[in-house]
Amino acid sequence: MTHLPYIAAAYGLTLGVAAILSINATFRLRQARKRLAAIEQPRTRQPS
Amino acid sequence: MGAKLQPWLTWPALVLSVAGIVWGLFFSPADWQQGDSVRIMYVHVPTAWLASSGYMGLAVCSLLSLVWRHPLADLAAVEIGPVGAAITAVCLATGSLWGKPMWGTWWVWDARLTSVLVLFFLYLGHIALIRAFDEPQRGYRAAAILGLAGAIDLPIIKFSVQWWNTLHQPDSITVTGAPTMSTSMLWPLGLTTLGFTLGFGAIVLARLRASVMESRIRTILAASRGRQSAAQPTPTTDSAPA
Repeated sequence: MTHLPYIAAAYGLTLGVAAILSINATFRLRQARKRLAAIEQPRTRQPS
Repeated sequence: MGAKLQPWLTWPALVLSVAGIVWGLFFSPADWQQGDSVRIMYVHVPTAWLASSGYMGLAVCSLLSLVWRHPLADLAAVEIGPVGAAITAVCLATGSLWGKPMWGTWWVWDARLTSVLVLFFLYLGHIALIRAFDEPQRGYRAAAILGLAGAIDLPIIKFSVQWWNTLHQPDSITVTGAPTMSTSMLWPLGLTTLGFTLGFGAIVLARLRASVMESRIRTILAASRGRQSAAQPTPTTDSAPA
């Protein structure tokens, strides 16, 4: 009996979840950075 | 500081994880008893380690939140929860995928497996509780109490294979004794464990940085709304018809 499907499923699941978590964190960080820059830009342009 | 630390966690995590996985899958030997299915160990053991150590991080954040009321500890606890829950789910799933060909069953109500399932529910409980209140501070306090109380499950997980007669094998690597596995298996396992740990840190750090920025955005928007409402003229009694 080959154990290949079990090994493939274990690695596929682990890498899949790791990829989802990484991509989600990257996009969330990028979006937050962009929104913060957009909000802070008009404030910094105001003359003091 | 977070921005500076991010690449130092991300790139070593990627390199070490890829090296460990390639080594474990293609170059490490098959086990004399388990055959090739022992290769599941290279992803199962690091996720098991991270499930427990991630919760330990959560418990430390809970302590910092309850004792010193540190706002960053609350944000860190919010961000560790979902990542820890996902990793614990992977640990349980890869354990089942290893158990089926070795034990002939996907699941047994064995002390080790059950205590890790309890850990998964503790993570889910923490995620639900921290978002359950309209006032965030109350959610942080309640979740911190659960986070701290749930840490009792960590020694149970660790010593379950010694305290009870379990189907799950005892620890192959201990602090006091020499490892009971070949170094040709120990090296890729060490690489994936270190790589996954750095990866966990990198993901939590990225989420935490995003969370701090989102919090700052909310503060700026709230202050701006406050200024706008203060600038608007309010009707006075003088202008009211007699």
